[in-house]
Amino acid sequence: MTYGAEQMTETTAAPPGDDGYVPSARRLARERYRRARARRATAVAALSTLVTGAVLVFAITAAPGWPRTRETFFSAAYARLALPKVLEGLLLNLRLLVVCGAAVLVLGLLLAVARTLRGPVFFPLRALATAYTDFFRGMPLIICLLMVVFGVPALRLQGVTTDPVVLGGAALVLTYSAYVAEVFRAGIEAVHPSQRAAARSLGLTSGQTLRFVVLPQAVRRVVPPLLNDLVSLQKDTGLVSIAGAVDAVYAAQIIAGKDFNYTPYVVAGLVFVALTIPMTRFTDWVTARMDRRRSQGGTV
Amino acid sequence: MSTTDGTAVAGAGEPAAGDGGPVLRMEAVRKTYGRGRTVVLRDVDLAVAPHTVTALIGASGSGKSTLLRCANLLEEIDDGAIFLDGEEITDPRADADAVRRRIGVVFQAYNLFPHMSVLDNITLAPRRVHGVPRAQAEEHARALLARLGLGGRAGEYPDRLSGGQQQRVAIARALAGRPRLLLLDEITAALDPELVGEVLRVVRDLKEDGMTMVLATHEMGFARQVADQVCFLDGGVVLERGTPEEVFGAPRQERTRQFLRRITEAGRL
Repeated sequence: MTYGAEQMTETTAAPPGDDGYVPSARRLARERYRRARARRATAVAALSTLVTGAVLVFAITAAPGWPRTRETFFSAAYARLALPKVLEGLLLNLRLLVVCGAAVLVLGLLLAVARTLRGPVFFPLRALATAYTDFFRGMPLIICLLMVVFGVPALRLQGVTTDPVVLGGAALVLTYSAYVAEVFRAGIEAVHPSQRAAARSLGLTSGQTLRFVVLPQAVRRVVPPLLNDLVSLQKDTGLVSIAGAVDAVYAAQIIAGKDFNYTPYVVAGLVFVALTIPMTRFTDWVTARMDRRRSQGGTV
Repeated sequence: MSTTDGTAVAGAGEPAAGDGGPVLRMEAVRKTYGRGRTVVLRDVDLAVAPHTVTALIGASGSGKSTLLRCANLLEEIDDGAIFLDGEEITDPRADADAVRRRIGVVFQAYNLFPHMSVLDNITLAPRRVHGVPRAQAEEHARALLARLGLGGRAGEYPDRLSGGQQQRVAIARALAGRPRLLLLDEITAALDPELVGEVLRVVRDLKEDGMTMVLATHEMGFARQVADQVCFLDGGVVLERGTPEEVFGAPRQERTRQFLRRITEAGRL
């Protein structure tokens, strides 16, 4: 009697099928063992996290310079002072992200397509796109930024803006479109040649093949790495501050420069982290969803 | 596949432009890879009469697939000429896209577009290439699907279908452009044995509809039943050709006899 009752409670973890299946003693023993292992692993993980955290906190707060550091980097008063200004500056970063992100995607896709064009007619275009990606992928973003932001106004061209926001954004687009072009190109080349053959055999032109068959598959494949590059672009918008555009970083710099208290920088940094986390989780979610669809045999 | 519902499967019933001449003709076709180092087709001559089926048999690497790819201009030939309805398609001035519009191809690995539903796979070429309005293209596609026994599958994605179903969708896609000629490249080679029958049945029905076809195949029994002409390729040369009775019943060449013997032995094992 007691044995039967025990079995009933055990099977709630694995409901019996409608065919009257009752889990065997072997299965129940296995499940008991797995549960015990899981409990132990959780306990070990929790304990080691606590110990590590405690050690870190102790090591930092016991450091001789800690009171001074705390005042300079983690001052609550300065944080309160800086936060509104930093958030105000952040609006510029967000605007840059949206505009530059869109421009980067378009330009990146055009560059990638130009690089995959075949035939001698397209040689100049292909060569140009290759040179562009090689150059701007190798050039450090900060140098590209300095050259555009200070070099272009120095030319004193008629009708060309000297606005550091526009020029800084242009520098971001130059660099990031080279990265994104390579991501798109990898996606295009990952589409099997037999897909192209099938499309051409139906009478589609090479342009139609690219548009209806190759690009839709290529773009789906590279969504996770693309989002990754967008997260990266999001924080690199902070670099326009070196050109004097008042974004979140520059707003922090203005306050920090007055009293030599670096708390505003920490605030700005945390704001960027807070901004990228949703984007990163979104990337994870999209990737996981695509994997799930693929394992079900479907495509997104 | 009944022919009574009036839905033309193909342009098979249209009068041939070459007034009764062969739909496809090859003249001394030569094809090499690697700048002439590997000769894949050597002086191949071939004539495919309207409403007939030509079966290409031969070992792997004998040039069957290459011959089909050349006929569809997916490969450029080195020498010789290929004619479709009497018009030379290997002329450099010929519009390759226009030629491919008139030829349907079914591949060994189906090559369906995985990001499109079955219906979109079939209507892509009619809509984008032939300029058929969407509603009309979809109606024709649904009729084709129904006749190939895939009535309820229009909205599915290819990966959800079995191999035999995918290959039948690929056949429907090739037929949607109402081709003059259908090229079938070992279309059952990737299928489980129990799925081969459903695909071959479709080909048999197409023959009854009068579709002109060239098929590369390893299914000798099927080639024997369905073909009007059998060509045995060996090392890129058409070594022997004739009716199925001639080639299978009384092969003249020793190589043909060897090949058929190996096939039969493999079948018996």
